[in-house]
Amino acid sequence: MAVEVRIPTILRQYTDGEKAVNGEGKTLDELFDDLESRHAGLRARLVDENGLRRFVNVYLNDEDVRFLGGLTTELKDGDSVTVLPAVAGG
Amino acid sequence: MLTIDAATREAIIAHARADHPDEACGVVAGPVGSDQPLRLIPMANAARSTTFYEFDSMDLLKLYREMDDRDEVPVIVYHSHTATEAYPSRTDVSYASEPDAHYVLVSTREPDEVEFRSFRIVEGEVTEEPVTVVTSYD
Repeated sequence: MAVEVRIPTILRQYTDGEKAVNGEGKTLDELFDDLESRHAGLRARLVDENGLRRFVNVYLNDEDVRFLGGLTTELKDGDSVTVLPAVAGG
Repeated sequence: MLTIDAATREAIIAHARADHPDEACGVVAGPVGSDQPLRLIPMANAARSTTFYEFDSMDLLKLYREMDDRDEVPVIVYHSHTATEAYPSRTDVSYASEPDAHYVLVSTREPDEVEFRSFRIVEGEVTEEPVTVVTSYD
């Protein structure tokens, strides 16, 4: 049940500089827990008490998970998850 | 220091003027490690706002995939302020997520006056840097 997760520059401090890491989980939430076990601190940059952080975009393959099921989005073997911080400001 | 060619600088200013009074935004990509802003990619402001900008989430994915395929990085991330100075707002600082990028701010508050400034925004710290305009990079 391996899923590739692409990590943006600003979060590579949690992945020893790796652009992509592998993880496991039946849902996005489980995947983030699994990543946290090897990349401590990463989960808090993606999720807060209300779910996915507003200015972090997470994509399952080609879709924004906000339009799927958010943290409950189901994953399958071979899926690719991409994390990109929003480019935004005032 | 930001080194930028005159044509790209003009194109950023023109984009900002065209979208006024909404904020305009975009990226200038360049080869990894080059620090050369070569390929201007104007982005739509999904917020369509005079006080906020945000890249559309699907546009953002497409942009980063494309840069990845071409071994590029966002050398410049630019946006405009339409009623205030060309200096990063608190919101800009809180969302800045490209520590290696030059954050370019253009103000369109004065129709006849160009304000074009560049900053580094790293871990909440704003540092202005000089801008050198060249005709070409060689």
